[in-house]
Amino acid sequence: MIETKRKVLVADDEPNIVTALEFLLRRAGYDVRAAGNGDETLALVENWQPDVVLMDIMMPVKSGYEVCQRMRSRAEWNHIKIVMVSAKGREAEVNKGLSLGADLYVTKPFSTQELIEQINGLVAEPRGA
Amino acid sequence: MRFTREFWIWLALFWLGTLAIIAASFLLIAIVVESSDRAALARMLDENAVVLAYGAAILLVGCGAFLHWVFLRYPLAVRQLADSTRVLLAANPDRQVASSGAPEVVELAAVINQLSGRIRQSEREFETRSRDARAHVEEERDRFAALMSELSQGVLVSNPDGRVLLYNPRAATLLGDTRSASPLGLGRSVFALLDRDQVAHALDKIHQQFARDVERPQTGFVTSAGDTLLRVQVAPFLSGAGDLAGLVFTLDDIGALVGREDQRLKLLQALATGVRAPVANARAAAESLAAFPDMEPDERARFVGIVAAEARVLTERLNAALADYADALKGSLTLEDMRVADLLSVTQRRLAGVTGVGADVDEIDRDLWVRVDSFAIVQAIVSLATRVAGDYGIRNFRLRASESRGFATIDLLWLGTVVGADALMLWENEPMRFGKEESPLTLKDVLDRHGGEVWTQSDRPRHTEWFRFLLPLGEPVTTALTRPASIAHRPEYYDFDLFERIETRGELADRRLAELSYTVFDTETTGLEPSAGDEIVSIGAVRIVNGRLLKQEVFEQMVNPRRAIGSEARRVHGIDALALEAEPGIEVVLPRFHRFCEDTVLVAHNAAFDMRFLELKEPAAGVRFAQPVLDTLLLSAVVHASMDNHDLDTIAARLGVRVIGRHTALGDALVTGEVFLRLVPLLAERGIETLGQALEASRATYLARLQY
Repeated sequence: MIETKRKVLVADDEPNIVTALEFLLRRAGYDVRAAGNGDETLALVENWQPDVVLMDIMMPVKSGYEVCQRMRSRAEWNHIKIVMVSAKGREAEVNKGLSLGADLYVTKPFSTQELIEQINGLVAEPRGA
Repeated sequence: MRFTREFWIWLALFWLGTLAIIAASFLLIAIVVESSDRAALARMLDENAVVLAYGAAILLVGCGAFLHWVFLRYPLAVRQLADSTRVLLAANPDRQVASSGAPEVVELAAVINQLSGRIRQSEREFETRSRDARAHVEEERDRFAALMSELSQGVLVSNPDGRVLLYNPRAATLLGDTRSASPLGLGRSVFALLDRDQVAHALDKIHQQFARDVERPQTGFVTSAGDTLLRVQVAPFLSGAGDLAGLVFTLDDIGALVGREDQRLKLLQALATGVRAPVANARAAAESLAAFPDMEPDERARFVGIVAAEARVLTERLNAALADYADALKGSLTLEDMRVADLLSVTQRRLAGVTGVGADVDEIDRDLWVRVDSFAIVQAIVSLATRVAGDYGIRNFRLRASESRGFATIDLLWLGTVVGADALMLWENEPMRFGKEESPLTLKDVLDRHGGEVWTQSDRPRHTEWFRFLLPLGEPVTTALTRPASIAHRPEYYDFDLFERIETRGELADRRLAELSYTVFDTETTGLEPSAGDEIVSIGAVRIVNGRLLKQEVFEQMVNPRRAIGSEARRVHGIDALALEAEPGIEVVLPRFHRFCEDTVLVAHNAAFDMRFLELKEPAAGVRFAQPVLDTLLLSAVVHASMDNHDLDTIAARLGVRVIGRHTALGDALVTGEVFLRLVPLLAERGIETLGQALEASRATYLARLQY
């Protein structure tokens, strides 16, 4: 059996953080692609079927909340893990993100090493969990 | 029938008169008649002596009977009429006067009865009217008291001299616990409650503004009362003639507001100082790397290490500052704790009233509370519902609420049409509008102030859509608002008669008993001998102002006697020394009691006993009770000198005072107060009207020699 690389979609409109995350995730052994706004994110989810979506909330066109909500409204995408990465750190915003179906909510700034460990943990969970 | 002395005198006179007339007749005959005829007459009289004697007796009895008949019909009947008229006047107005005697007297009685009937009728009419008027005034007072009780601000009204005429429970809370030694009370001085200099300065400013004809004079200051930081606003109000009639003080607890501001400042400072250094370090390192791409690998590694380390420090400092001052970022202070069930029922009514759409409210947990600006939140929900109703024709909504991860969620649900997140985002950023109302705030503004969120959710299989509002949880408001339970138990937080009261100056001794303020008190003790080391175990007191016992303004404090309580005393008051171990000592309690009774005359039953206990403790407490003291035991002896027994139960019964809660210090003080109020008019009947006279009369009674 050929071991396929796990796929992570990084969605953020700030290229600096995308660069760093792409680099680090590739080094950690993931297949990585990037999206710059909400619509691109949804298109890639549809066409590329990632295992994890690492997503900023404040994105142009469609917000991370909206993308999350749309993803969670489609049963065939339920297995995709959603990690929200945001500078919005109020308790109500965290609550909203998790209520809308995110698996993890990470507040900026964060430790890249810890983030990668958390993603490793998520993909290690059995599918559909 | 009563034969008065008067009747017998008249009868005697009548008889004597008759006899005198007969005697005079004989004398005249004797003078006028010839001597031979005289002898014949004498002979005739002599022969008929028996007949004559009978005739005389019949005449006398006839005269008596006639006189009796006349007496009954006139003087006696008139006198009875006068007596029964007096009874009618004094005691029993419903009685009819007796109508016996001569026809003239009977006629007079009928006229009197008629007159009394008329008077009675007008009295009844007057009573009905005055009862109605009284009930109306009582009702207005109750409404007013209820209104004052509900206010979340403290309100205090004083006359121009600063004497408190009115206050609400909130003011009492802000200025201290009314059940302990709060100095807040009717008739007390505002100067003693708040910082004297600040009040004086505020009054000065008001007077200046008044003199300059400023349209709405007012001023304010910030002061502390105990642990509370208060913002006090002072505004005058005028009499009909345009003079200064009094002052309104409104009190706000701004401790939390100031605390929040303070936190925000500290957050800013923490961020500014904490972030500068690591940013400078990381920037220097990064700029070095950029400027010298050809630097040695080990140098390069060092600079990269610096950037990474400083970024880590920066993250830690930012997170620490945000965690330390998290409250500073929460919503504004105008948020109040409210039961979600109440909030939703208001929302339901507003929805129906403003837009005419219906909303069913689910069963809501009564223990679910939110901290909100309820007006703004209701506006927010109604404005969203109005949008959905207007744009999608939805006419029926449902409201539900629950708790989720430390927040309260409120859902506005409807069936069918899906409302996209983009529509919500658009609405969130527009001013809220519905019906004729338009708010300058956007939904986003309102939610930001609450630290809240809103989003759309749906349950496709059930065709149900909803907006979910996320709002901060609130604390249940546990202190029940004081409501006037009934007229009899209405809290005595105000006394407008104090408006009329003329500030009496001059010697205390010359002031009338009825106009003085009193503190009626009682102590419970470990035994009867203060000089042998017996101690006070509790003090209870109540104030009398303007002739009213202020049951709302009481002092009740247990005292740790630091010794055993005698079995006799324990049987009387039932207090055990063990139960008092956590209570303060007399040196703490006495100064508070001293404050409670300042500016008043002390009243106690058998005051010598209680005063002896107080006096012995004065040096330790550093206070002196120098005010005059009245003793209800002595005053009772003054009023009822013929009675032997003047113990509290006996005189309470004699004066018709209901005795409740005896043998607690406060219970006894309340009974003593009622007794005292009933003694004051009885003293006045005996010409004892001033404090000086009352003290003198007390001294004069033999009981005054009783010494402990």
